[in-house]
Amino acid sequence: MSAIPPKEGWYYTKIAKEEKIWIGLALVVCLGLFATMILWHVYGKQNPSFTTYKTNVHEFNALYDAFVEKYKVGEEHGFAVVKPDPNTDVFMRAQIWRWEPVLILKKGESYRFHLASTDFLHGFSLQPINMNFMVYPNHDYVLTFTPTEAGEYKVICNEFCGVGHHLMVGKIVVEE
Amino acid sequence: MFRTCDITGFKVDRKVEPLIKANAVVAVVSLLLGVTGALLLVLTRWQVVHLLLPDWYYRMLTFHGLNALVFWIVFFEIAGLYFGSTIILNCKMSTPGVGWFAFILTILGFGLVNYAVLAGKADVLFTSYVPLRAEPVYYLGIILFAVGALIACFLFLANLKKAKQEKTYEGSLPLFTYGLLAACIIAILTIATGAIIYIPTLLWSLGYIKSLNPAMYKLVFWGFGHSSQQINVTAMISIWYLGAFLTVGGTSINEKVSRIAFMLYIIGINVASAHHILSDPGVGTEFKIFNTSYIMYIAVLASLIHAFAVPSAIESAQRRRGFTKGLFDWLINAPWGNPAFSAVLLGMLGFGFIGGVTGVINGMEQTNTIIHNTLSLPGHFKGTVVIGTTLTFMGAAYYIVPLVFRKKIAFFKLAQLQPWIFAGGVALLSSSMYILGAFGIPRRHYDITFTGSAFTHTFNPATDLFWVLFAIGGILAVTGALIWIIIIVVSVFFGKSLTGPQDMQLAVASPAPEAKEHKGLEAPGTLVLSILFMVVFLTFIALNYGWLTAMWEVK
Repeated sequence: MSAIPPKEGWYYTKIAKEEKIWIGLALVVCLGLFATMILWHVYGKQNPSFTTYKTNVHEFNALYDAFVEKYKVGEEHGFAVVKPDPNTDVFMRAQIWRWEPVLILKKGESYRFHLASTDFLHGFSLQPINMNFMVYPNHDYVLTFTPTEAGEYKVICNEFCGVGHHLMVGKIVVEE
Repeated sequence: MFRTCDITGFKVDRKVEPLIKANAVVAVVSLLLGVTGALLLVLTRWQVVHLLLPDWYYRMLTFHGLNALVFWIVFFEIAGLYFGSTIILNCKMSTPGVGWFAFILTILGFGLVNYAVLAGKADVLFTSYVPLRAEPVYYLGIILFAVGALIACFLFLANLKKAKQEKTYEGSLPLFTYGLLAACIIAILTIATGAIIYIPTLLWSLGYIKSLNPAMYKLVFWGFGHSSQQINVTAMISIWYLGAFLTVGGTSINEKVSRIAFMLYIIGINVASAHHILSDPGVGTEFKIFNTSYIMYIAVLASLIHAFAVPSAIESAQRRRGFTKGLFDWLINAPWGNPAFSAVLLGMLGFGFIGGVTGVINGMEQTNTIIHNTLSLPGHFKGTVVIGTTLTFMGAAYYIVPLVFRKKIAFFKLAQLQPWIFAGGVALLSSSMYILGAFGIPRRHYDITFTGSAFTHTFNPATDLFWVLFAIGGILAVTGALIWIIIIVVSVFFGKSLTGPQDMQLAVASPAPEAKEHKGLEAPGTLVLSILFMVVFLTFIALNYGWLTAMWEVK
């Protein structure tokens, strides 16, 4: 009894049949959900990575600069346009309020992305397919992406990073 | 000094009443601030109006979050803790003076935080992720508030001890107070975690610490930020049990099961906070899976047990009162004219079908990629803390006004409609937000047309429709909340006094009669409803994993 103490012997009351059925069902579903997350790592193709490297602003900027210099093919709105070879490391830098560089990728090829911020937390939100990951300063988040469709994609920021947060948009082009 | 309540028969300590009233009044003031913020935010994000400028949009977001999510709920919970540990147990408040000291601390914290936010000294949003930095006064305000809340928790425990020593009740604690005890234990753990993160952050803001690791901050912050929502869930479910008892005389069909479920919350619910960092580089995969699944599902299991126990308590009582026809006669003939009953029932439905179903998607490692930081997220927690906790607290207030404030409820006809308006509005608002998020619309974002940016993105045109539904739902929800605030304020400050049981507008039900004989199931209707819920739940999870397969591959 919710507002008054329960009757004596409440602890020994038998559990009703329908409540037993429900608890059993709930337990099976809970264990099923647990198994799903693990099995998806084995059979699924969309899993957050196991890999993060410790880095710092100075080191990450150096890696980023070397990457842009090696693969740069042009400029757009003051952003370097970079076309890396498939199966290589790709560096994407987040800082208020830009995602750099603009990337040109090939459909069906894998790229080892390194995502890091040089200031605040940022949210890597790949549109329109809507995949979302966090980007931290001093952490190099390694995600190996394989684009499955050609087209133009945008990276918007979805973690608040100051008053210009809503202006932070980057671009990725996937070619056939 | 006691008075004996002529309606419930409880002995009421005259020293605890003003404490409960003071905390409840500040709770209502906080809700008013929160709701004002909500209206401005709805009218800004709906870009047809786009009311505020960017700096004030983000400032209002901070303001709304703190008042609606923290101050309103915590002040109300403190009132509830004092109520559940004194009046329900026929016991005196152990040390009312300390209660007032705690009240002053929380009020100071409340004032400082709101000042800091409105003065532009804390444009860091509710989460204040470092290295975003607020001025020290903001962190100081939060710490003072938390210390006050912590003292209130210990007072609750002191009251329980006093009641036990003076034998003011017989046998075990009432289930309502037992649930509050679980909430109190979770609260103490939560506030301790808050201290671990806010004290270094204050020192960092003052310049005594050079830098804080953002991954460490985010991990520990959510041990505070999400766990505080678990306090709300636990307190809300305690009120559901109380509501079932007050409105139809229903008691849990098995006390042991309900109590074990509360214990499972204490064991399993706090680690669930880890689901805030599922898409983050800060922690490893094993950490994510272990914390959000193996342990978290202890808490999910507990929620599923409560989801059956509360409606089955209502069903069983109604059946024993003679509503035995078919599966749902008991539900159709429930006291829908009692606003506390409709608030609890609608709160339960909304919490389960909107908040609960979406919450598990957020808490699974892979599907978190779809919703992380999109508008789906606030959509989810509007389904938990607004339609669940807030509506439940609103319903409870319909009993607090006559029983504690001794006032009749003003505009009673409107009060009977209020839970429907509010629940309808929030349900529309939160489902449209969830769908908008699935289209990739970010949360906490001033301008999704990206005007002035080097690159822009155009979202699927279908989102236009959901933005309209978002606006309608938001305005309806704000209206429902304002109606409730007006009813409560007018009743308490200008309303007619309650002279005796004849003035009571809401029934205080007597316990349902004993069952004559056991034939078949005690709550078949609840079982059918629960299985329907499970089907919706599993379908939604399957859909989300289906959507995942359409994305880029990532590992």
